[in-house]
Amino acid sequence: MTTYVLKRLAEAVIVCVGISVITFLLLHVAGDPVQLLLSIESKAEDAKILRQALGLDRPLYVQYGIFLKGLLRLDFGNSLFIREPALALVLERIPATIQLTVAGMVLAILISIPLGVIAAVRRYTLLDNLCTMLAVSGQAMPIFWLGLMLIILFAVKWHVLPASGRGTPLHLLMPAATLGASLAPITMRMTRSKMLDILSEDYIRTARAKGVHERLVLFRHAFLNASIPIVTILGLQFGRLLGGAIVTETVFAWPGIGSLAVSAIRNFDYPLAQAAILMMALIVVLVNLSVDIAVGYLDPRIRFD
Amino acid sequence: MSLQKLWKFRAGVLGLLIVAAVSGLATFAGTVSQHDPYDQEIAKRLTPPVWDERGSSAHPLGTDPVGRDVLSRLIYGGRVSLATGVVSVLIAAVIGIALGLLGGYYGGNVDSVINNLVNVMMAFPFMLLALTAIAVMGPSFRNLVIVLGITGWPIYTRIVRAETYQLKALEFVTAARAMGFSSLTIITKHIFPNLINTIIVTSSLEVARMIIQESFLSFLGLGVQPPTPSWGGMLGEGRTYMLTHPWLATLPGLAIFVTTLGINLLGDGLRDLLDPHQY
Repeated sequence: MTTYVLKRLAEAVIVCVGISVITFLLLHVAGDPVQLLLSIESKAEDAKILRQALGLDRPLYVQYGIFLKGLLRLDFGNSLFIREPALALVLERIPATIQLTVAGMVLAILISIPLGVIAAVRRYTLLDNLCTMLAVSGQAMPIFWLGLMLIILFAVKWHVLPASGRGTPLHLLMPAATLGASLAPITMRMTRSKMLDILSEDYIRTARAKGVHERLVLFRHAFLNASIPIVTILGLQFGRLLGGAIVTETVFAWPGIGSLAVSAIRNFDYPLAQAAILMMALIVVLVNLSVDIAVGYLDPRIRFD
Repeated sequence: MSLQKLWKFRAGVLGLLIVAAVSGLATFAGTVSQHDPYDQEIAKRLTPPVWDERGSSAHPLGTDPVGRDVLSRLIYGGRVSLATGVVSVLIAAVIGIALGLLGGYYGGNVDSVINNLVNVMMAFPFMLLALTAIAVMGPSFRNLVIVLGITGWPIYTRIVRAETYQLKALEFVTAARAMGFSSLTIITKHIFPNLINTIIVTSSLEVARMIIQESFLSFLGLGVQPPTPSWGGMLGEGRTYMLTHPWLATLPGLAIFVTTLGINLLGDGLRDLLDPHQY
């Protein structure tokens, strides 16, 4: 188990270094931050002064070195507009994003896993077809449009839910449903197919043959075994869920890291954008690492692979 | 194909019909649409769709805030979505497949570098990568396609690498090697043809994902620039009028939904058709 954990940790560190390089290059190679900050009328001298002030006149590897040194001291520089440390601004937004993603994930799990199990048990019936149709439509739904439709119905037409912002539990309902809708279809389909795989195993037939109650067969023999791959898939989907959170936060003006990142990118506030992007990628790495370790712990076959 | 078989793949056939219809409309947009999508009739601005009592059959889906015909703009908007989806998937697939074949075939250091690169790319929320790159490079159709293509490759690498790795161990590859074929020949002539089914299925599903990504970028104003009609852009414009004229946001979203649904149904159908063992 220790070797397995160490191996995963080493991989996570390599990924983190890669993330820092790409985040850095993204804003330095793809374009010129100075040009983006200045207006068209600015003089060439202004550009020079700004470039020096921001340290952008140094060679690229020196800039990366400075950037990396800052990262290790948890210093991402100041936001160009708010003039406050970028990291503090990002950290401030984390609880809102966690609240949204957790709520979205719980909602998705509560709906998709029971539906997936039912669809597998009642395979090829009308119920199964309905569940699959629901999942296929859900997968095709652009979630920002779904969010807007919910706002039109629940906030504009019926005045039952607030259209945007964060505060009361009511504020959480529509964003969580929107985000949950992005995760539920794939979870449902995976649950269905994993359950189908397991229900055709010999040990299920044995359990049934020796007269174990069907409910017990489904839960203890089938579902518990299916839950390991389902947890792995949920973990792998986390990056996508965070991506969905960016979209959802933008639509509902939810004050999380996603909406912060989007507005920072649109304002060319690159220290803030870098901090936000880096933080989100780090969260994904951490979640994937924890899932890997948890699964390795639950399923001995994986850690000896 | 027999009728029975057609019925078995009815969902896929429906998908094919939707995709054919949307592509047909987009291709022949000039002949099909009633109006010029750029033509502004300011006097008729914000006409509701025909099912509303104030609507008129001259503009079946109504007009936008500057009096342009919504139906014509939707038909032309399909061009942007389909073109972005297909071209960006082509770029992503070429990069991803090449890296996947290299990693899976050669293994060792080459493979571990490629694999780490995939893990790094997968850790980023795809949306933010694309958003940042577009913001920095400037929004345009060309940049949109490049960015979506360059950020979208890891999924192909992951799939192709795993399959190549398995195929490499099979006897026909050993036989080819024993006969003295070069690695390049083995990869292109012996391994790659076995991957085509997987690639077709993955690519078709990816086209749908790219269309949704494109529409979100356009929704934020970072996609194809106005006045060129795009579904995401129309949705973004419609958002401002959501309280008073909800159809402006509803209709373009519906167009995206139906198109991606069609593509997904077609992709799922292709998977069942090409790889019956999976089910």
